[in-house]
Amino acid sequence: MRTVIFRTIAPFLAAIMVLFSIFVLLRGHNEPGGGFIGGLIAASAFAIYGIASGVAPVRRAIYFHPMGIAGFGLFIAAVAGLPSMLKGVPFLTGMWTAIEVFEVKVDLSTPMLFDIGVYFVVVGAITSIALALEEREFD
Amino acid sequence: MGLSEHDLFLLAVLSPFAAAAVAPFVTRVLGHRAGWLLALVPLGIFALIASHIGEVAHGGNTVVAYDWVPSYGIKLSYYLDGLSSLFAMLVSGIGVFIVIYSGGYLKGHRYLGRFLAFMLLFMGSMLGVVLADNLITLFIYWELTSITSFLLIGFDNNREASRRAALQALLVTGAGGLSLLAAFLLISSTTGITEMSVLNASGDILRDSALYLPIFILVLGGAFTKSAQFPMHFWLPNAMEAPTPVSAYLHSATMVKAGVYLLMRMHPSLGGTELWTTVLPIFGGVTLIAGTLLAVRQTDLKLMLAYTTVASLGLLVMLTGTSIDAAITGAVLYLFAHSLFKGGLFMVAGTIDHEAGTRDITRLGGLGRAMPITFFAAALAGLSMSGLPPFIGFIAKEVLYDGTFGATTDNWAVTATAVAGNALMLVIAAAVALKPFTGEKVETPKHAHEGPASLWLGPLTLSLIGLGTALFAHTTGEYLIGPMAAAISGGTAEVELHLIPAHFGAPVVLSMVTVALGIAVFLMLDTARGIVAGVLRAIGWGPDRGFDQVVRLIIRMAIVITRVIQPGRMQTYMLVVFLFTALALFVPLFAYGEMPEWPEWPALSGSNFYEWAIIAIAVLGVGAVLIASTRLNAIVSLGIQGFAVALIFMLFGAPDLSFTQFMVETLSVVILALVMTRLDLGNHGHRPLPAMIRDGTVAVAVGVGLGLLLLSVTQWPFDARLSEFFTANSRAIAHGRNIVNVIIVDFRGLDTLGEIAVVMTTGLAILALIRIRTRKVEQYDGTKREVRIARTYSGERWGGDVS
Repeated sequence: MRTVIFRTIAPFLAAIMVLFSIFVLLRGHNEPGGGFIGGLIAASAFAIYGIASGVAPVRRAIYFHPMGIAGFGLFIAAVAGLPSMLKGVPFLTGMWTAIEVFEVKVDLSTPMLFDIGVYFVVVGAITSIALALEEREFD
Repeated sequence: MGLSEHDLFLLAVLSPFAAAAVAPFVTRVLGHRAGWLLALVPLGIFALIASHIGEVAHGGNTVVAYDWVPSYGIKLSYYLDGLSSLFAMLVSGIGVFIVIYSGGYLKGHRYLGRFLAFMLLFMGSMLGVVLADNLITLFIYWELTSITSFLLIGFDNNREASRRAALQALLVTGAGGLSLLAAFLLISSTTGITEMSVLNASGDILRDSALYLPIFILVLGGAFTKSAQFPMHFWLPNAMEAPTPVSAYLHSATMVKAGVYLLMRMHPSLGGTELWTTVLPIFGGVTLIAGTLLAVRQTDLKLMLAYTTVASLGLLVMLTGTSIDAAITGAVLYLFAHSLFKGGLFMVAGTIDHEAGTRDITRLGGLGRAMPITFFAAALAGLSMSGLPPFIGFIAKEVLYDGTFGATTDNWAVTATAVAGNALMLVIAAAVALKPFTGEKVETPKHAHEGPASLWLGPLTLSLIGLGTALFAHTTGEYLIGPMAAAISGGTAEVELHLIPAHFGAPVVLSMVTVALGIAVFLMLDTARGIVAGVLRAIGWGPDRGFDQVVRLIIRMAIVITRVIQPGRMQTYMLVVFLFTALALFVPLFAYGEMPEWPEWPALSGSNFYEWAIIAIAVLGVGAVLIASTRLNAIVSLGIQGFAVALIFMLFGAPDLSFTQFMVETLSVVILALVMTRLDLGNHGHRPLPAMIRDGTVAVAVGVGLGLLLLSVTQWPFDARLSEFFTANSRAIAHGRNIVNVIIVDFRGLDTLGEIAVVMTTGLAILALIRIRTRKVEQYDGTKREVRIARTYSGERWGGDVS
């Protein structure tokens, strides 16, 4: 599978896919998309990169251990439920606020933070499985 | 904010646990002297309980209750009456000396701090058992004593024998604990009462209950295992593997009496029936005789004492089982005396072992000159155990003979058993307390000399108390024995104790017979030992070996069951899972007559010809899977079918679903292909024809079942309430136009949180599976075996047996 074309294209393809996955993640609340789909896209990106260039460059590129990324996702998803409790409403109730960045109104919300958590869990879990399978030799 | 008396009581009861938490640190600073400091905790508890005995003696019982789990009616409640206060004083009072003794006995031991912590934990648990009023509170403390006992018996965990003894004690007393829990649940469900004090004040409520028999049996199951009644006695002698302070404290003075305590505690509500007065004396009597005979056979000081403990527990159960007031008074006295002299003698045995280097009676002699204080304490305790005046043991024996063969009753069988048992007890007392100290000086492994104060203080004090309480018999009777006997019999027993028998009657004669018989056996102890050993060898089987057989049987059964339901073959697992899926799909459809009607064939019109084309692609994909010549082809063909389905979702207006389906299909193909290469599966999978038919049938069944289910669901009238709700509210409440996403992250956010936790856990599990490798590792005994090892990132290994 390691043809020259594939190996040359794969890093760019992966980068575009990761970018696209973030786009899909962020538009999810209003258009088709969301954390789960975004996470799957990013995971496929890493899997493709891994098949093309081997596991080591992927591990270097994502820097953290994929399981650590998944754990971080679970953590922020759980944390996203806390602000509502400060206001005395049930855990995980959506909280919204808006800020102005360069005269553009940006909505920020705890469901968005939660969705980002979902994204990380999916990316982390699937990537770690895929990379572990791709590794022929380890340790 | 001042502390009320009840809060002070609660603090006292919980203080040993707090002390256990700091014990290792205290020991690190103070070394073996930590025992002296930590002994202040039980001393304080003792003082608190002792300050109440006047009140208790005049009928002022106290209940201290806190809500624990109010929804289940579980309270953290304590009850202080004659029975519990005497027990609590024994536990805390003897505890003082045991903690001091432990510091001296394990001086310089690496884990002394841990040992003291375990001891204090046990002390807290045992206090809880005897003071608890609520049944569940009692049960929890009861189990805690089993667990701490396990930790203490297995303290020397480098030795196989300790580990086995610890496990044995845990299994036997743990099984009894379960039985007790069942009894308590039955009691609270039939009577609605959860407090011991209320239960005992409710008269015949249990005796008249239809469930009396099961409750009785289950309570005995708890009591007999804990108090080592024959044939469950075997764990107690094995528990002598523990360091001697443990044997002195848990396995003679306190914990093993928990079963007797339970019987005494429940006597007002459970005792007095024909069943009670038949079963208890029989078990108690057999235990008494068996225990003393087995004790005669031993040469190890601790084992001799252990078997006499078994015997004494038998005597106590037998006396409690007679339900005669005077006999119960005798039991109380004997229990009190036994805790004092047996605790003391165990500590003496430990001191001898510590100073002389052996506990074997045949290798000891003439130590009296070298260890005068220990000898003095041992002699006093031994005389009390022999039931000779002027010690509390003597009064106990007089009273119990009076109870079984007194003015009102003449129970021949019980009396004869008691006489024989007491005579043999005298033999052991003489052997343990006299033999090592008198006679010719025997060369011992260590040069024996008197131990430090921490070692002789306990036995000396306990022996002197045994003397003092006998000399002031009247006060003892009024404040200690009387209230406890009254609590057990459920009435108000007036106890008049005299050191000198009031009249020359049957008890005095029986005492003389006992002493004469005892001395006769003692003089031919070696012959007696030979006879008992010979008989035991002839039998060749004992409950101890039976225990091993039972454990082995359970393990073998577990292996067989595991092999059946966990054969380790992926195909089998998949087959079972899908078979049951098919059953779960078909059975309800048939059972409730919900088979869908044959749907109308959709008309093929020009506008949706591409839908048919996509369906055709899906069918082709599945067909290609079936005829694929290589695995890789099959995987890719399956992907084609999945993509076609994703397109159908898209056409019918479910973009999110379709999107996800595309990604899942892509990743499935990638991961399946990777698994295939990773597992070194050949490119061709061969399946014999029968397997093919079997797997095909299951596959078709699942597919058809799922299809029928979907058809059936769509033939129901569509309930639009949920979709209407989400359509109406997704924008308004949750600020999102994508309903699917809003449901996932907002409306059903908690579900999603659970799901991503599952994704994460599954990922970890799969990672571990991928990283498993089979290696040969060397075992402790030097043989090699195959072990599957999963490597973690830190390089650390964990693994288990292959088979």
